[in-house]
Amino acid sequence: MDALISARDLVKLYTMGEETVHALDGVTFDIARGDYAAIVGPSGSGKSTLMNILGGLDTPTGGSLSIDGADMLALDDEGLAAFRNHTIGFVFQSFNLLSRLTAIENVELPMIYAGVPPAQRRERAKEMLHRVGLGERMTHRPTQLSGGQQQRVAIARALAGEPALLLADEPTGALDTQTGKDILALFNSLNREGATVVIVTHDLEVAEKTRRTIEMRDGRIVGDRMNGAQAA
Amino acid sequence: MIRTSDLISSAGRALRANPLRSALTALGVIIGVASVVAMVSLGRGAQASVQASISSLGSNLLVVVPGAQRGGGGVRMAPGSFESLTMADVEAIEREVSGLVAVSPSQRGAGQLVANGLNWNTRIEGVTPAYLLARDWEVEHGRFFDEREERQARKVLVLGASVARELFPNVDPIGQSVRIQGGMFEVIGVLESKGQTGFGQDQDDIVLAPFSTVKRRISGRQRRADTVSQISIKTESEAALARAEEDITNLLRQRHRTSEGEDDFTVQNLNSIMETANQATAAFTGLLAGISAVSLLVGGIGIMNIMLVSVTERTREIGLRKALGARKADILHQFGLEAIALSVAGGIVGLIIGMTGAWGITSIFNLPFAVGVDTALLAIGFSGLVGVIFGAYPAWRAAQLDPIEALRRE
Repeated sequence: MDALISARDLVKLYTMGEETVHALDGVTFDIARGDYAAIVGPSGSGKSTLMNILGGLDTPTGGSLSIDGADMLALDDEGLAAFRNHTIGFVFQSFNLLSRLTAIENVELPMIYAGVPPAQRRERAKEMLHRVGLGERMTHRPTQLSGGQQQRVAIARALAGEPALLLADEPTGALDTQTGKDILALFNSLNREGATVVIVTHDLEVAEKTRRTIEMRDGRIVGDRMNGAQAA
Repeated sequence: MIRTSDLISSAGRALRANPLRSALTALGVIIGVASVVAMVSLGRGAQASVQASISSLGSNLLVVVPGAQRGGGGVRMAPGSFESLTMADVEAIEREVSGLVAVSPSQRGAGQLVANGLNWNTRIEGVTPAYLLARDWEVEHGRFFDEREERQARKVLVLGASVARELFPNVDPIGQSVRIQGGMFEVIGVLESKGQTGFGQDQDDIVLAPFSTVKRRISGRQRRADTVSQISIKTESEAALARAEEDITNLLRQRHRTSEGEDDFTVQNLNSIMETANQATAAFTGLLAGISAVSLLVGGIGIMNIMLVSVTERTREIGLRKALGARKADILHQFGLEAIALSVAGGIVGLIIGMTGAWGITSIFNLPFAVGVDTALLAIGFSGLVGVIFGAYPAWRAAQLDPIEALRRE
């Protein structure tokens, strides 16, 4: 399998007053297309920084990073915006749906920035909501939906732009155990349909549900193993 | 690239999400634009009214009156308070000044008219037939007296419209007899109505009679036989006006042996009076519009304030939009457009209110209602500009937000 993500000696420095913090301190890994990986670690391990960099929200200070053929250190502001729009589908812990928009309008949002014509994006949004099992609730607003349903809308939104990488930040953190399991099952089935999924979490139980766990500590990768429990 | 239609509908949605706040924010601009539009419209109406009343006195008209209006030391007499102009002056002007089409002396008098069992006190103006031409006046009914009747001091009258109405409410006044100071006069015509002057004086409350008749039979007995109380002069064109004014002034100075500053006469140029009046109303309008513009400025600051609050409140939304692929320019345009939409909507409502207000006030004060397309376009363009100026900074702030920080914000 060819690598979707290829990171070499990634470094990210933050200057806090006098002190320089190595949020990432020489991180090297590959993630193949179609992989289902979890990045785990306690807070301060650098996993959030890594996620921001993988999502094109932040840029590394050093090393090299190529995602879906794009050299992430060479992209400017506009290039990063286009990268986020076309290559990444974000899923957040707190869903981040716009409360004044209906479910289907929330799903359309990334396609608006891609300039997709209205009829086409409505069609695509419907398709995505059906795919996450919310075909009946397309005109509901976020406040009329349960947490699990809201996260499904967010996943439909992430899928809408046909991204190369689905990037989820603690996707089950705000959900009860059963709903969390359902959401992970959804990721699992999306992965089997071909999506590359990377979940960032501090929850080892969540990480075990994926195919591969990358463990981080103090800005370094300290473990990278395949999960035997993953039955697929 | 985001589609323009999506940008517009997105701004519309954001404003509709908080209708009361949007309305209150727009209120500042509404009040500003409404007052500017009302003031400019009122000013225009006043200007049109002043212009109409001055030009109703006659176009290209010079009026020479005795007395000095301005000038050097000594006692200054009010114009017309004594009689320094004579028939000889009138003849000299007719003979020596070129470019004139009508020169008419007039002798002012006043008296009580009795006819038809009714009576009326009014101004009786002794004039020559050239007076009608000089004053751009017409006989509506009947006829005016001619040169011969004037020379023979015939006892004929031409009534102003108001006088005709007061004395002969139900009768055709032509051919009727009117008694003035014991003498019987015949009515031969009625003048067309000129309405009020800009100062509320009824121009139709007047009776015109031959100059010599008024001189001999009404007001002339106590005075010198050859004086006149006013000379009305019409020039052939507006261009000839300044030249004629100068020529007449020089001629009269020479004849009266006065020097500049000691003149015992005044030449009034109605065009320059109109110009002065126009300047005065324009300055007044400008002043009012300027004061109103301050409230528009305050409205703009209100928009900036609310947009800044909105950017702070919607920080997470901005972060999310950026994470989903919005470029800085997209965020800038979205928030900028919201400010412009608020401001232009306020401008349109303000325009309607301002016009309605101006229409109400002009109809109360009987002024012409003058609203131009330019006023409307200016109001809307100006409010759009307010939106751009005061929306720019909040929109820029929104565009500059770091998406990671913004998404972390509660």
